Parts: sequence; structure tokens; C-alpha cells
Amino acid sequence: MAQVTLRKVVKRYDEVLAVRGIDLEIADKEFIVLVGPSGCGKSTTLRMIAGLEEISEGQIAIGGRVVNDVPPKDRDIAMVFQNYALYPHMNVYENMSFGLKLKGTAKSIIDTRVKQAAQILDITDLLERKPKQLSGGQRQRVAMGRAIVRDPKVFLFDEPLSNLDAKLRVQMRTEIKKVHQKVRTTTVYVTHDQVEAMTLADRVVVMSNGVIEQVGTPDELYHRPTTKFVAGFIGSPAMNFIPCKVERNGGALKVVLADNLAFDVPASRTGRYEGCVGKNAILLGLRPEHITETRQHMEVDQRPFDRTLDVTEPMGMETLVYFTIGATPICGRVAPNAGARDGQPMKLAADLANMHLIDDSTGKVI
Amino acid sequence: MSVATPAVEAASPPSRYGSMSRDRKWALRWSYFFLTLFAIFFLMPPIYMLITSVKTSAEISAASNPWWVYKPTLDNYIELLTQNQYLTFFRNSALVSICVVIITMLISVVAAFALARMKFWGSATLATGVFLTYLIPETLLFIPLFKMFAYVREWFDIELMNHWWTMIILYPTLTVPFCTWIMIGYFASIPKELDEAALIDGATWTQTLTKIFIPVALPGIIAATIFAFTVSWAQFLYPLAFTTSTDQLVLPVGIVTTLIKGDVFNWGQIMTGALLGAAPPLVIYAFLMDYYIAGLTAGATKG
Ligand SMILES: Nc1ncnc2c1ncn2[C@@H]1O[C@H](COP(=O)(O)OP(=O)(O)OP(=O)(O)O)[C@@H](O)[C@H]1O
Ligand SMILES: [Mg+2]
Repeated sequence: MAQVTLRKVVKRYDEVLAVRGIDLEIADKEFIVLVGPSGCGKSTTLRMIAGLEEISEGQIAIGGRVVNDVPPKDRDIAMVFQNYALYPHMNVYENMSFGLKLKGTAKSIIDTRVKQAAQILDITDLLERKPKQLSGGQRQRVAMGRAIVRDPKVFLFDEPLSNLDAKLRVQMRTEIKKVHQKVRTTTVYVTHDQVEAMTLADRVVVMSNGVIEQVGTPDELYHRPTTKFVAGFIGSPAMNFIPCKVERNGGALKVVLADNLAFDVPASRTGRYEGCVGKNAILLGLRPEHITETRQHMEVDQRPFDRTLDVTEPMGMETLVYFTIGATPICGRVAPNAGARDGQPMKLAADLANMHLIDDSTGKVI
Repeated sequence: MSVATPAVEAASPPSRYGSMSRDRKWALRWSYFFLTLFAIFFLMPPIYMLITSVKTSAEISAASNPWWVYKPTLDNYIELLTQNQYLTFFRNSALVSICVVIITMLISVVAAFALARMKFWGSATLATGVFLTYLIPETLLFIPLFKMFAYVREWFDIELMNHWWTMIILYPTLTVPFCTWIMIGYFASIPKELDEAALIDGATWTQTLTKIFIPVALPGIIAATIFAFTVSWAQFLYPLAFTTSTDQLVLPVGIVTTLIKGDVFNWGQIMTGALLGAAPPLVIYAFLMDYYIAGLTAGATKG
């Protein structure tokens, strides 16, 4: 059993507050991804769990035991670093067995474990090689092997894939997921790549500026972000934020945008947005994938409108279209055969079933 | 950039695309020119030593062509190597240098590891301090050292003057600061994640040093070893100041004090002695040259 619990964890470097009070419950066998922009304190949090940084305030428990003052080796964790940190003078076998050897594990047990881990990671042929004779992806595997061999309670990954090229990164991502399905160890994984976060995680922790913005499954974060930061951070291209006003429209509501555009709010949302009527600093949040070309059979909550496109970017499976509402630049995603042309007018449809309203003064999603 | 399709390459005259290689050719010519110049300049003294060492005293004093030997002889060598005196100098020098190298490396590797990796109060100041001590000229230390020797004699009844083994405790004052400095630079260039990985793997500080840092920093350690050896092998001022009896002298001082009698310079034997004395560092350099250069450059970029 290896839950990891963080209670009001704070990390202070002299003047800088790197982490300002984090509460997090990580369940046994769970794959948690910490994601956020550079400098938000992800690595610091991970390193505090590992015991490589002291905890300024608060408490961290692994498997029910408070580990604030426990040295890294006794926390029963394994860590994979961004630059792999393989011991350059040892071959792969020695790299993987180093930890067990220090613990005084019997040679035969070490041998079985190393061979087993090598098999999981498909590096059996590389055991005699030195790290510098390996490719980036192979080094990454060895680094993971070194972690697996120790059979720890918790795996910690700090941006393990960011040194790899794009293609290999996707491949190793799948690999990591497979390994987790096989060994089922509680995992905390740090990345700044939201795609990696969404694809790997059971639950994603979005951090910004030393605090947790939101914790949730990838699905929750995508469909029900609670803050403007999360709404803008998850999803690519990022969500459009359009200044708007909420007005009454008989018994229903409508959002009024610049350029005399107005969309009826779906009936199911009337109650939720009642309080926004007449308020200032409200933003309409709409993802690019919810701004499409008009189709023959529109969903009930799709609202057609006309715009002149500034730029189009054909991506193959879809075309990104850019235009403005008022002064706000907007991105939409249309089918490649929808006839989008630079500088030409186009009939578009906004899917308000997936709309979000954001109070820009508090940064909260309403 | 330089790769064109074969057709284009074949069609265009070499002069248009050859400017790169022509530049290179000239650069090479110049570098060979200067390298030859340097080689001549620096090899002249040892060659002169070699020539003089196989001459008889008569031929040296007869001012014939100094660059040619008319009657080569090995007498100088035979005479020196059968003299107990010279062999004693050699033994003293060897023992002192080996002990100094061992002491220096034991101290400086451990000190450098602590200063580079264990962040403790004042560690940065201490690291700078180590380097500053290296900048103090050794001649300034004569009087304080004489004083200290006097105190040691007074309190512990141990005589430090005029003993070759005193050099074993004196030379590290010269070698330890510089070697520590080299090693700090070297250890600092090892990524921090490496010791963190070792820490997580369960290594103690000592194990991290012996199993990770020393093997990884081996080129730096070899560079420092060579430096320590060279300094102690060639050290002249300390033994000149602190030893006087013939059987306590080390090689550089021994040659000068015993082979120059009054104003009579026994040039043949002086040159022979110096040449033989230069052999051990030469052998060590030859074996460890590659490591030495790698070590120096690594220290240069990181220090
Ligand atoms: N040793 C240190 N001393 C002082 N400040 C530090 C130290 N380490 C990190 N910080 C600060 O703490 C904050 C969080 O750093 P951290 O390394 O956790 O960011 P991160 O989320 O991992 O970013 P990245 O995605 O760039 O790796 C940063 O503002 C950083 O400047
Ligand atoms: Mg980081």
C-alpha cells in the first residue's frame, strides 16, 4: 500500500516561495501527473516527495508514514531524471543493480530482478553496454529500469521525455503507460506538456505559481475546468476567451459579444448563469474545436454566425481558422473540405453546449 | 551546407568551392611553422643537456663546437650511477614525491568533494580561500616555517630541520590548494542528478564519493596527481632552505650543491644528473598525457 499524502506543504528558498501550501491525496497504484508552466513548482514538489529538498512547512506521508525527516533511501521511492543521470562508468547491468547491491541484496536475486526489468523494457541486449553507447530512448529505458528493479512504493518522474525528439517521445509515452499497467506502482510524473499529462494520467494536478489550480481526471479538466488558468492551459490550441455580456432574452439568457454578435445560452444553463446578468468582466470561453463550419444537421445548441477569416492553417485532418470578434483574436477548427480561404467570409457555428463563462475579476469559471 | 549534388560539384571548378579547404591548408601551414619553432625552442635545452652529458670534461672545456660530440663517452653516467650520493638524492626525491602525491590526493579529493557538493555554512568562502592560499609565494613562508620548526622542537622535541622527510609535510602546502581547486572544478562539472540518483539508490556520502565521483572524475584526478608529482619532484626552494646534510638532500638541490664545488662546475655530471632526474616525470607524462590534457581542459571550462 503506498498512498502519498501532502498536507499544506510549503517550500521556501530564502525569499522565494516556490511551493505555497499544497494539499494532495494520491491513492495507491494511481498515476498522477503534475503539470503547469515553467517555474510553477512541479519539480520542487516532486523533489520534496523524493526527499531531495527539505520541506519548509507541512507534512508528506508515504504509505501512511510521515517522511519529513526520512532520508531519500529510506523512503522506498525511485526517481527518473530528465537527463537520465545514469552512472557513466557503469554498464547497464551495473547501473540497474547499483541500488540493490548497496542494500546487500543477494546476487541471484539481483540477477533475476535485473533480467526481469530488462525484459519488461526490452533492453536485454543492452545490459553490457555503457550509457554513452546508447541512444536517448535506450538511456531513458535504462533509467526506468533502474527504478523498476528496486521495486519501490512510488515512482517519481521529472520530465523524463523532454530530452527526446517528438516521435520518440510519443513512443516512450506509450511505453511508460504500458510499464505502469504491468507493475502498477504509485507514480508521480512531472511534465509541462499537457498532452503528456492528459494521455498518461489517472488524475492530473494543474499547478501555477506554487499552488494547485485544479485536480481531476483528464476528462474533468477538459470539460469542467474550474479556473480560467486551467481552461486556458488544457487543450491545444488554447481555449478562446471572448469578452461578453449576459442579457435576458425573455425567459432565457443570451451572451452578447462585440460586433453585434449574440448567442442564445442553452436552456439547461439558464439557472447557472442567472447571476451574471448585467455584470462586467465576464468572458465567454469556447474551445477551438467547438467553433466549426455550419453543417446540414446542426446540434440544438450550435449557433451559426458569419465571419471573415484572417488566416487559415491546413493541418491535414482539420484546418485551423483565425478571425476576430471585436478586437479579440479567435481560433476555430473546421473540416479540411469546408472551403476555408484566407481573407474570405465563412459561415461558422459555435457550439454553446460546451460554453464556459468566466468571471475575469476572480479568474473562476462560473 | 557544403554538400552539393555530385553533378554540381563535378561541374564547378574546384577553386570556387575550394576556398574553405584552401583556408584550412594555409592555417595548417602556419600552425606547423609555429609548432616547429616552439619545438626547436623548447627542445634545445634538453638536447644540449644530452650532448653535454656524453662529452668528457676535456672536450667540454676545450671550446670546440658545443653542438657536436667528437669522442662520445658514457663516463658521466657510469660515475653518477655508481656514486651512492646521487642514488640517495634520487631515493629521497622519489620517496618524498610519492608520499606527497598520496597525501595531497587524499586531502584534496575529499576536501573538493565536500566543498563542491555538501553545501554547508561558509563552504563557498572556504573554496575561494583554498585558492587564495595558492597565490601566496612560497618564499614568504620561510620565516614563519623556521619559527614553527623551532616551536615544534621546543614543545615536542622533534627536529624538523635538515631531514628529507620534512619535505613530505612541507610540499602539500603547495600542492593541496591547487589540486583541491582542480578537483572542485571537476566535481562541479558532474551533474547534480548523478549524486541525487546515488542518494536515492541508498549510497552514503562516502559511497557516492568512492563509487561515483572518483571513477567519473578520474581524468581530473590524474591531472591533479601529475601536477602534485611534478611540483614535488621539481621543488627547489624548500629543500634548499631546510636541508643541508648531503644524505638529506633531494635531487634538484643535491645536483647543484654537490656537483658545483666552489667555482668548479662539473658540467658533464650536472647535465647527466638533470637529464636522469627528468626521466621519471617524462615517463609519467608519456603514459598519462591524454588524461592530463582532458583534465586540464575540463578544469578550464568549469573552473
Ligand atoms: N535552489 C533554488 N533556489 C532558489 N529558488 C529556486 C531553487 N530551485 C527552484 N527555485 C525556484 O522555485 C520555483 C519553482 O521551481 P521548480 O524547479 O519547481 O519549477 P518547475 O515547475 O519544475 O519548472 P520547469 O518546468 O521549468 O522545470 C522557481 O521560481 C524557481 O526559480
Ligand atoms: Mg522542473
